[in-house]
Amino acid sequence: MKNYIIAWRNLWRNKRRTLITVSSIFFGVLIAIIMSSMQEGSYISMINNVVKFYSGYIQIHDKDYWENKTLYYSFQADDSLNLLVRETDGISMSSERLESFALASSGDKTQAVMVVGVEPEQENKITELSKWVVNGKFLEQGSRGILLARELAQNLDAGVGDTIVMLSQGYYGSNEADKFVVEGILNFPSPELNKRFCYMDIQRAREFYSADGMITSIVIMVSDYSDVSRVLKNIRSKLNPAYTAMSWDEMQPELVQMINGDRAGGLVMKAILYIIIGFGILGTIIMMIAERRKELAIMVAVGMQKYKLGIILFMETVYIGIIGVFSGIIVSIPMIIYFIHHPLPLTGSAAQAMTDMGIEPFMYFTAAPKIFTHQMITVFAITLLVSLYPLASALSLNIIKWMRN
Amino acid sequence: MKIITVTNLHKFYQETEVEVKAVNGIDLSFEEGEFTAVVGPSGSGKTTLLNIIGGLDKPSSGEVIIDNVNINDLSSSRLIDFRMNNIGFVFQSYNLIPVLTAGENVEFIMHLQGRPKKERESRTRELLEAVGLGDRINSRPGKLSGGQQQRVAVARALASKPKFVLADEPTANLDSKSTENLLEIMEKLNREENISFIFSTHDARVVNKARRVIRVEDGKVISDETKELKK
Repeated sequence: MKNYIIAWRNLWRNKRRTLITVSSIFFGVLIAIIMSSMQEGSYISMINNVVKFYSGYIQIHDKDYWENKTLYYSFQADDSLNLLVRETDGISMSSERLESFALASSGDKTQAVMVVGVEPEQENKITELSKWVVNGKFLEQGSRGILLARELAQNLDAGVGDTIVMLSQGYYGSNEADKFVVEGILNFPSPELNKRFCYMDIQRAREFYSADGMITSIVIMVSDYSDVSRVLKNIRSKLNPAYTAMSWDEMQPELVQMINGDRAGGLVMKAILYIIIGFGILGTIIMMIAERRKELAIMVAVGMQKYKLGIILFMETVYIGIIGVFSGIIVSIPMIIYFIHHPLPLTGSAAQAMTDMGIEPFMYFTAAPKIFTHQMITVFAITLLVSLYPLASALSLNIIKWMRN
Repeated sequence: MKIITVTNLHKFYQETEVEVKAVNGIDLSFEEGEFTAVVGPSGSGKTTLLNIIGGLDKPSSGEVIIDNVNINDLSSSRLIDFRMNNIGFVFQSYNLIPVLTAGENVEFIMHLQGRPKKERESRTRELLEAVGLGDRINSRPGKLSGGQQQRVAVARALASKPKFVLADEPTANLDSKSTENLLEIMEKLNREENISFIFSTHDARVVNKARRVIRVEDGKVISDETKELKK
């Protein structure tokens, strides 16, 4: 009789108790998977929002630009750089930008603005900028006009068709001034963006700043989020040292910090859940051994080596873990698939807070393999830890004492 | 031929402040093919004596030599193997493995011994038929009566082809019919296969069947008689 069969049959000697223990693991795994799926899905959504909204997954700048965001660190994208962006595997889209600051005036109103010169068509593919246009029209290539964010437009008391004057320092340090017709108003979900942003065609921006052919950044999108680090590594390995490539998380450390903080909170919850599960399994195993002390002693008395007995008890513990984990995973899969297609909408202040941050007010889910593998590894680790007890019990078994039990 | 020699055996227990002398200087030897009953009142030390002979318990002093091996000198792991290959056990409350069928319980030790499947299966059948349970090979212990379980336990004890069988009060939980039946089986196996049986018992029916009766009191042998088997 093989040890694994004895272990399996032992498991079902007390069906109710085994099922209760398996159920505790099942529900623990199910809750942990759904919780993790929701957390990670929401993080991916937040990252996608931030990335799609503005930064892209990767940006290439002059090596000193990120510390001092001025035109002084703008550059001309030469052939080798264009080739690198075009030929690096995994890049789905890219777009050039020229970004700087200016003073904008309309009538007697003046305000500091962030000027973003973009390639309208490419930029729209990456950030879907046109969807925020609430008045007027989106930019076209060669447009002479500008798009103003809603609050900025209100502060300047300017609407579509009005002309505003902008004043700034050009690439060569000279004073630059020009007139721009407002072609459209953008209403971003983020109040911060609404206060300051002004978009124009990149050629018009270069003209304004006397920065012919210059850019401050190349914004890059990758086909697959999980591919970002590989693509970044490839770009960095071939990039001229005069430039630097930054990933979204390097450009958005606050978001990374927020995600890490939230993830840590989730970990604490899951740790509590798994500690309870661990003690549940341990309780069952202690009971299973306590009520079979005499039988186990007899097995050793008639010739079973203690380590073999330990293996049988170990297998019983592992079986409980395996049944609990796999049943939890199997049941969670259709639930997660459902939630991926039907994200949970947020309401009230939580929804408002997310909208204010420029994030859609939904709880998204993901079916990333790590969601499942992490739970599997955790429960197996707990099971292995718990199985030390039966192993130790078997190895220290005293036949006479246990037979008197 | 001597198969067991017990020399100056002592076993003391410390219970609170009193030292209990469970076995107090026993010298015995057992020949091949014996059918022996160790009798005595409760607490006389007969079970402790059998446990020490069977290598389940360690003596405080003295020696147990089985087939020229001093079992006290064996490591825990080697002692387990020694028991498996040389000693069969029958316990008072049967102690079959409840999740295994009668056949699997008998086969269990042979499996531990690493015997081939064919040999295991044929010996299992042979032994269960010998104890009159050939038709219950697939029954679990819970489906068998006490007498049937004890007969399976005897078959299990013999499965490893031991040099002798130690039976601790094997009939204590059986009715008279089952006891008669079990004793007949053990006697037959002893007579036909020359397997030695050593019982500890209170049961007069077992004593009547035994060819040698050792009386133990206060951890000492007070008589050791060999008689002709009653027909």
